[in-house]
Amino acid sequence: MSGGSGARLELAGIGKNFRGLRAVHDVSFSVPAGAIHALIGPNGAGKTTIFNMIAGVYRPDAGTVSLDGRQISGLRPDLVCDAGVGRTFQIVKPFKGLSVLENVTVGALHRRPALGDARAAAADILERLGLHDRRHQAAESLTLPDRKRLEVARALATEPKLLLLDEVMAGLRPTEVDVMVAFLRDLNVRTGLTILLIEHVMRAVMALAAEVVVVSYGEKIAQGTPAEIARNQAVLDVYLGEEEA
Amino acid sequence: MSLLHRLTDGVPLRALWGLGLLLAALLVAPAFLGKYGLSVLILVLYFAYVGQAWNIMMGFAGQLSLGHALYAGLGGYIAAGLFFHYGVGPWLGLFAAVAAAAAAGAVVGYLGFRFSLAGVYFALLTIAFSEFTRIAFDHWGWVGGSGGLFLKVDATADWLNLRGGPVLFYYVILALAVGAFILCRALLESRLGRYWLAIREDAEAAQAVGVPVFRCKMIAVVISAALTAVAGVWNAFYYNNLFPETAFAMGRSIEFTLAPIIGGLGTLFGPIVGAVVLTGLGEIFTDLSELFHISGIKQIFYGLALLIIVMYRPAGVWPWIADRFGFGEKRR
Repeated sequence: MSGGSGARLELAGIGKNFRGLRAVHDVSFSVPAGAIHALIGPNGAGKTTIFNMIAGVYRPDAGTVSLDGRQISGLRPDLVCDAGVGRTFQIVKPFKGLSVLENVTVGALHRRPALGDARAAAADILERLGLHDRRHQAAESLTLPDRKRLEVARALATEPKLLLLDEVMAGLRPTEVDVMVAFLRDLNVRTGLTILLIEHVMRAVMALAAEVVVVSYGEKIAQGTPAEIARNQAVLDVYLGEEEA
Repeated sequence: MSLLHRLTDGVPLRALWGLGLLLAALLVAPAFLGKYGLSVLILVLYFAYVGQAWNIMMGFAGQLSLGHALYAGLGGYIAAGLFFHYGVGPWLGLFAAVAAAAAAGAVVGYLGFRFSLAGVYFALLTIAFSEFTRIAFDHWGWVGGSGGLFLKVDATADWLNLRGGPVLFYYVILALAVGAFILCRALLESRLGRYWLAIREDAEAAQAVGVPVFRCKMIAVVISAALTAVAGVWNAFYYNNLFPETAFAMGRSIEFTLAPIIGGLGTLFGPIVGAVVLTGLGEIFTDLSELFHISGIKQIFYGLALLIIVMYRPAGVWPWIADRFGFGEKRR
């Protein structure tokens, strides 16, 4: 159900200002094809802004975003999706009036123009995400954890090479987090899909990410394996507050 | 999959039977109805047709147009003007009418969607264009200015020039309403239709899953405007007169929106049911006000009835009927 293999994501010195407010400044990192990386940082650090620059919602004021060496920054969101980027929204955005199945079908239509084919592909994805029983329910009737799952299902239906997950674990119970982690890991192993996740749930970050990028006040302050990040002084300062001298 | 199969796929058999019976009844209706009955039925079909055209934009794609009189007026004036001045038959004039309305729709759509005017702001833009055009036509000699444009009344049936009595116009509007119904069904069961629904629900999320939002909205406004222009042509030749004050009136634009709103926005059958309810109520209240010799009471009752329907069936009359009798069509 996924595009076959993952793509390499490269951010080169991207920056974004909002009316003079520096939201993101000179952030560079890359995610190799088939890898899972996490993007963490305190609230307001600019994580979602970085996602929006990758996904085409914002055009970076500086720097470039490229996928498998092809520049995607500056493209419209639908063209970024076309290039192989699937994304979820932190504040979930289901097509409320449509059924769960129809929600995912809209995503699947991107690569399968025939409605019947798209619906079959969508049903397949829902099965694997445990939403199949609820496929005829209106999306607005879902609980928050199910809406998060729906976000993932809809993004996957576009058959991305890179999946951007914006806090899909938030609000999930620990057992549900484990289910989602297992699903994503399985997906990654089976299809080689590249995944970049913004996450506050450290249980998920530790279990999934090969590398973690930390941002604070719009700048990258650290990058490394989860174990390295857990020992990094700059990261500890940001999260726990600097020690009084 | 054949087109017929695609159109009927997933429709309950009883609904197909119901549609077939309804169509058969409508086909033989002129033989049984008097002059009055036929004129009422013509009105129902006219509102059902334009309601379906408007519903494509609002019900499917979620774009509120309160200026659809623009497209009907343009279409009517162009076909009638060509016929009046050059004797160009309406079937030929229709192409010019549809092209002009589609172009006007494209201009309104481009300005609105390019600059991300959403909701009421877009609606204001549609009203503005309709009003500009009304004022322009008021001062345009070729179409008779504010004095109006009149076609010669001729009751001998002439299909080629769309001249004739009510029966001729009845069958034309019936064909249009049925055609629009089939077209809407086909559109809704296509990728474009699903993209429209996605845009209506959440344009940002739609774009994130690859929906070319701007293009899809443009297609919606152009199709809707083109269909509405056909109704304008029919209307001009049925009534034989056109005035800018009525053809481009705000009230006419509102009239176009009522059937789908009352019947059920975004549903296929809603505009048709809405047209039946509205025209039926209108006729009943006209009779009542004549009975009691109180002028103006029709409007009060009509307004009250609409208010009550909207209050108690906000999703429309049709989804409620469909639910109760198991016809299966829900609002999408």
